[in-house]
Formats: sequence, structure tokens, C-alpha cells
Amino acid sequence: MHAQAGQAAAEPQLDVRAVHLWRGERHLLRGTSFVLERGELLQVVGPNGVGKTSLLRCVAGLLPTESGDIVWRGRPLQDCRDDYHQELAYLAHINALKPDLTALENLQYSVALRRPVMQQELRATFARLRIDQCADLPARALSAGQKRRVAIGRILLTRASLWILDEPITNLDSAGIALFEECMAEHLRTGGMILTAAHQLLLQGRPGVRTLELH
Amino acid sequence: MQSSGLGVLVRLVIARDLRLAVRHWDQVMQPLIFFAIITTLFPLAISPALDELRRIAPGVVWVAAMLASLLALESLFRPDVEDGTMEQWVLSGQPLSLLLLAKVVTHWLLTGLPLVLMSPLVGTALGMPQSAWPVLMATLALGTGSLSMLGGVGAALTVSVRRGSVLLALLVLPLEMPVLIFGARAVDLAMHGEPVAGPLNLLAAALLFFVSLGPFAMAAAMRVSVET
Repeated sequence: MHAQAGQAAAEPQLDVRAVHLWRGERHLLRGTSFVLERGELLQVVGPNGVGKTSLLRCVAGLLPTESGDIVWRGRPLQDCRDDYHQELAYLAHINALKPDLTALENLQYSVALRRPVMQQELRATFARLRIDQCADLPARALSAGQKRRVAIGRILLTRASLWILDEPITNLDSAGIALFEECMAEHLRTGGMILTAAHQLLLQGRPGVRTLELH
Repeated sequence: MQSSGLGVLVRLVIARDLRLAVRHWDQVMQPLIFFAIITTLFPLAISPALDELRRIAPGVVWVAAMLASLLALESLFRPDVEDGTMEQWVLSGQPLSLLLLAKVVTHWLLTGLPLVLMSPLVGTALGMPQSAWPVLMATLALGTGSLSMLGGVGAALTVSVRRGSVLLALLVLPLEMPVLIFGARAVDLAMHGEPVAGPLNLLAAALLFFVSLGPFAMAAAMRVSVET
């Protein structure tokens, strides 16, 4: 009994154990393992097509793995899917924005799905990401970088503890990257976790920042 | 973490989809115009004599409604899946079946309900007596609801298939046949002044069945569809 309690306390937040994944004829992930603790950032690196996105989708629970376990706070993912997803914010290649809705409406509908959210809070996030002038424009009128910032705004507003970000800085300018690094650093400071795939390493040299190389 | 209530979720999805529909209402109109055009093809192809048209009117209206609802299915999930919104829904930690049910309800409001409201006009053009209008509208209201739910399951299954609309038709149309049979039969009975309770009850039962089980089938199909 005591041993069990001790084990639970030492349990990592996110524990990915020996994940294997085939895509068609290709053996993409060959026993990938890692753990993620509060305040840690893990960057998945590797050449194109090595399976970075697939790994992220597996960990997010979008893609079933061939074998291996993904354990969230001591429970296998398939047993706590909804609880896990409520703590998860996922940023994909595509921004999940409706071109016909304004940037503000886009965020409002996607965030309110998870928690009640006020207009002021949405506008404050737009201001923080320096896109307040875009809030009332239809998403189709925004530039690629502005759309990415809106999608990042969704991640911030979700208030999730685990961020899974697939190439988050695509289309961002250098000011945008600096701004985003600031957001990530704050998320880590407050005990958040980040798993990302990126070609450019972010927050390099900061404690708790690691890389995982896929071959 | 504080989360939104289920009623809030349904309202949110419906409000969002209605707003999107208002912003591109031309796409919403297309199935309706299709419905009207198909029904006008029959007098042109068969005979403009009302006596002859009256005999086939229930079948014509019902087949046209089925095809129009099939046409409308293409826009049910595809935009949301393509722009990544559906992925976010799957990962929202909220019941996906409920979100998809709300989407189908909105879809019915935009494509099914207008068909119901338009049907007396089309029926009259085909020589249907005014006494059959209530039954025509009732069968279509119940029937298009079933078609939307069944079609929703089919659309969720085929949404990740490139050019999946033909596959969707092949999948869904055979399953929709019972609804067509009871719907057209009820209208036919009403035109001859006979009791219609039987087929109407069966249509209502079918709708209840599809509404109660459809959302779970849709959610399961959608989870598979967003895997790719």
C-alpha cells in the first residue's frame, strides 16, 4: 500500500513508453519514449518525414499507436481521454480558423467550447499578441502570420496545462517568435508543459528545455 | 477546470453554424433550388396533364427531397474537417456526439425545414390536393430529420475520402429507402382520404431511433476520419 502511494507521487505527468507506429509500409516511430514534467519543454527534432507530426498526434490522442503506452498522471490515455483533453491545447499545422468568421468570433467559439470566456479577455489576448487591429476582420483577410498569432491566442486562452504545438512558429516574423517565446516561458514558469516539433529550437539554454531526436 | 454546460455547448454550435450560414447563404440555397428544379423536370419529361402528375406526385416530391438532402450533406462536416476545426472538437474534452448532433440539428434547420415549408408549393404544382398538405409536410418533417441523421453518419464516415460524395450516396441511399417508402405511402394514402397514422408512426419511430443512436455512430466515425 505504501509502496503504491510512493509510486503515485513519483509518477511523471506525461509518460510515453516505447511507442511504435506504422504508416502504410513505413515503420515510423520505433519505440519512442520520453517523460514530461511540470515546467518542462520537449522539442522533437529530426528531418522532414521522420514522424514528428505523427508522434505529436499520437500523444494528443488523435492517432492510435501500434504498441506502447501513453500515460497521463498515472492513467493510460484510453482510460482518461476526456480529462486529458480538457488539460490539453493542440496547435496543428492548420490554424482551425473559419475564413467567414472574424478573428474574435473564431476564438470566441473555439474557447467557449471549453470554458466560459468574456469579450474583454479575448480582446486582452489579441492585445498581448499585438493583433488587436485584426480582431474584427474576417479571418480570410488576415495574413498567414496574423492567422498563426490568432491560433496561438487560442492556445493561451484554453488555459491548458499541456501544450502540444506542431511547428508553432511557422509564418511568424522575428518579433512574433520573440513574443511567442515569452508566452512559452511564462507557461513553463507557471508549471505548464510543452511538447513541440520545430525546425528552429526555442528557449535554448533555459533549464527544463530538452530535445528529442527522431531518426 | 471549469467547463461549459451541455446546453451551452449545443447553443454555441448552433449559433456558430447559423452565423456561418448567414455569411454564405448562397450555398445554403443550392439544395432548395435543386429540389424545385427536380420536381419541375417530371412534368416536362412525362406529361403536363395534372391527372397523370397527381398519381406520381408523392413519389416525385419524396425522391426530390431525398436527393436534395443528399446534396446538402456534402457541406455538413467537410469544411470543419478540412480547416482543422473538427480536430479541435475531438480534442476539446467535450462529448463529440453532442457537438455533432447540434451540427446536424442546425443542418436540418437550414436544409430540411425549408424543404418542408416549400413542399406545399411543389405539391400543388404537381396537382396534389390541398387536403394532403398537412400530411405531406408532416412526413417530410419527420422524414428529412431521419435523412439528416442517417446522412450525418454517412458523411462522418466518408469525410476523409477524397471526392467521397458518390460513395456517400451509395452508402446512404439504400439505408434511406424505408423512410422513402413510408413517407411517400403516407402522402399517397392522404390523397385518397385514407388514415395515415400507421406510416406516420413508423416515420416518427425511425426518427427517434436515428436521433438516439446516430450521434454515437457519428462520433465514432468522426474519430476514425480525423486520424488520417
